[in-house]
Amino acid sequence: MLLSESVNTGFLFLAPWLVFFPVIGLLINMIFGRRFSENMIGAVASLASGAAFVVSVLLAWSVSASNGEMLRWKLAEWIHIGTLNLDWTFRVDSLSATMMLVVSGVGTLIHIYAIGYMHEDVRFKNDVGRFRRFFIFLNLFIAMMMILVSGDSYLMLFVGWEGVGLCSFLLIGFWYEMDTLARPSWANSNAAKKAFITNRVGDFGFLIAGFIMFYAFGSFQFDEVFKQVHAIAPATIVAITLFMLVGVAGKSAQLPLYVWLPDAMAGPTPVSALIHAATMVTAGVYLVTRSAPLYSSVPEAQTIVATVGALTALFAATIAAGQYDIKKVLAYSTISQLGFMVAAVGMGAYVAGMFHLITHAFFKALLFLSAGSVILGLERGHHHLAHAHHDDHGKGKKKNKKEEHHEEEHHEVFDPGDMRNMGGLRKTMPVTFWLYMIGTLALAGIVPFAGFWSKDEILLDASKNFPFVYWLLTIAAFFTAFYMGRQIWMVFFGEARHEAAAHAEESPRVMTVPLMVLAALSLLGGALNLPFEGFHNLTNWLGHTLGEVEASLLNLQVAGISTVLALLAIYFSWLIYGRNPLKAGQIDPLKKPLGLIFTGMENKWYVDEIYQFIILTPYTKISYFLADVIDWQFWHDFVHETVIAGTYNWVSNIALNDYADQKGIDAFANWLGDVTQSFSATLRKVQNGFVRSYALSVLLGVVLILGYLILK
Amino acid sequence: MVPVDYYIILSAILFTIGVTGVLIRRNALIIFMSIELMLNSSNLAIVAFSSAIKSFSGQIFVFFVIAVAAAEVAVGLALIVEIFKSKHSIDVDQISSLKG
Repeated sequence: MLLSESVNTGFLFLAPWLVFFPVIGLLINMIFGRRFSENMIGAVASLASGAAFVVSVLLAWSVSASNGEMLRWKLAEWIHIGTLNLDWTFRVDSLSATMMLVVSGVGTLIHIYAIGYMHEDVRFKNDVGRFRRFFIFLNLFIAMMMILVSGDSYLMLFVGWEGVGLCSFLLIGFWYEMDTLARPSWANSNAAKKAFITNRVGDFGFLIAGFIMFYAFGSFQFDEVFKQVHAIAPATIVAITLFMLVGVAGKSAQLPLYVWLPDAMAGPTPVSALIHAATMVTAGVYLVTRSAPLYSSVPEAQTIVATVGALTALFAATIAAGQYDIKKVLAYSTISQLGFMVAAVGMGAYVAGMFHLITHAFFKALLFLSAGSVILGLERGHHHLAHAHHDDHGKGKKKNKKEEHHEEEHHEVFDPGDMRNMGGLRKTMPVTFWLYMIGTLALAGIVPFAGFWSKDEILLDASKNFPFVYWLLTIAAFFTAFYMGRQIWMVFFGEARHEAAAHAEESPRVMTVPLMVLAALSLLGGALNLPFEGFHNLTNWLGHTLGEVEASLLNLQVAGISTVLALLAIYFSWLIYGRNPLKAGQIDPLKKPLGLIFTGMENKWYVDEIYQFIILTPYTKISYFLADVIDWQFWHDFVHETVIAGTYNWVSNIALNDYADQKGIDAFANWLGDVTQSFSATLRKVQNGFVRSYALSVLLGVVLILGYLILK
Repeated sequence: MVPVDYYIILSAILFTIGVTGVLIRRNALIIFMSIELMLNSSNLAIVAFSSAIKSFSGQIFVFFVIAVAAAEVAVGLALIVEIFKSKHSIDVDQISSLKG
């Protein structure tokens, strides 16, 4: 604590409250929430998250007041075993403060939005009682995320890492026993399990990295590990960083472990925005940035990380262009953008990666939440329709059977998340449309939206040293603009392809106002780090933690190519989807020219099927073999039934029952009984019931005794 | 004065008659009378010895015996009456329900 004593620590003492506030919020809702109204529950949760945001701001101010020095606040002693000395210490430096601000800031906005969203969501799904549980999980997530970003050691980071994984599981499976969005309940719970198990694979890698790290460095504490980097064999560090990459691939949804993220869209939309776009999935990026001294010392590992990121960026972007579900498109887009970030931090462009992390949190949260608004708009339209139909039915009774049948069918298959059911929402949901537009332009990388500046910085860094990564990312950027354009045309332009879309209604203010804040941030977020002399705020700020970072200046060639490609992609998407809007029931116009390629994109390149074939089917078969042959037939039938139970039966039947018990103990007991019976049968005859014979006995007795006494 | 031996012999004879009566008679009333005979023969012996050693204690003792015997008679006769009520007989050989 020497360090923090030597400088002005400002509001450092508030650091533990980053975790305490959300925990207090969730406890209040847990204990008293049953009596609260929906708004009260939402207000408690939002205030808890908002208080954490205020603490983050104060902590960031403290860091800046102490000239970017790293501050530490020890809350408690944690693990002291042998040479392992770990305390529960909060580490506040410019990097973790940045993450805190993003997590609590975006988190609070999403909390507020969720008050409106969940109110309608639980109503449409006929389960109003769930409102409270959602906010408890959401607050728990904020607390866990704060532990993750404020930990002073890899172990504390891991606690948060697992905690957010748990919250992710709980919230993906939020509708685990209810059918949602035309998805059966088992699909919801399977999505949650898939996320958890896939993350388990990644966490296994992280754990191995931790074991090697403790073996090599003898510590988990960040500074102690980084101090020794040059004293350790590079091969060991390569092993640590690559195993860590497995963890990153799991949590940040990179190839080949990204498969859980698209399925995670089964959760409520605020969850998709908060956990599966803005914060939790960026934990991997944060981990690599935090471990910058490790990664920077081994270029081989850096190349692999950058390549994985770039391949993911392109791969996921191609899938996104072939999806029909509004949230699935955004999910694959998130994977792709995470690929950008991982590629950036892999290349050593940590500031660019963090910059993109921040802007992405803004515009992807905006897009997801707007998508949620769209979905609810359609739900409202559908609800309205169902009521109208119902009234019709009640009044007229003129409907013929065919129509009724049709109505039932459309009840079953209606999916408010399917873009083929949308169209023309620009008129019915104007606010959402404009917000979505801003998010799209930011994601597509159009000047001057936030996404342009951050993506451009990554591309610029890539163009310097990693041409292969640069081209992959540039093509991915082209696809990004294309699929976002496709989405805009399909969702908001043209004519409504479903009656629900025609009757869609705008969302309430509690939902749109947080979106407006996010839209403003998406618009202006680029100002954090403009590529001009004197505007490198984020570079200077993170430089306190990451060491001196070379600030990049605008490269017109790189910026020009990406802008032209983005505009071109949007133009293409207009040609295909905008000029001739999709009709109801029409197949995707891309399908004809691309044929099999589009089928591949539509089916996610059959990755799930390949995993099913390569991993799951053999795994299931081995499990069946183990369960049936090894466990049941060999272990149960043979070892247990035949050997153990058989021997036992033989011993107890023959040896113990026949000989020892029946012929030994039983026989003795029976003999005793027989003897007693025959003896008493003899004695019984003495008692003959004749008083005079008793009197005679008495007389004889007296005579005997007297005779004895006299003759003695 | 009559020597004490005579009293003792008379007492022994009375006692023997009483024992024989108890053993050979079946009528509960007769058995009862025989028991009284045995009782009084022993009373006679006690009184005889008491007068021989010139002490009153034996005679006082016999008063008590007579008093107790009177009480015993009351109980015994009541029992015999009750037995007769239930069995319509006072033949002791008939009363053998406690036969083992």
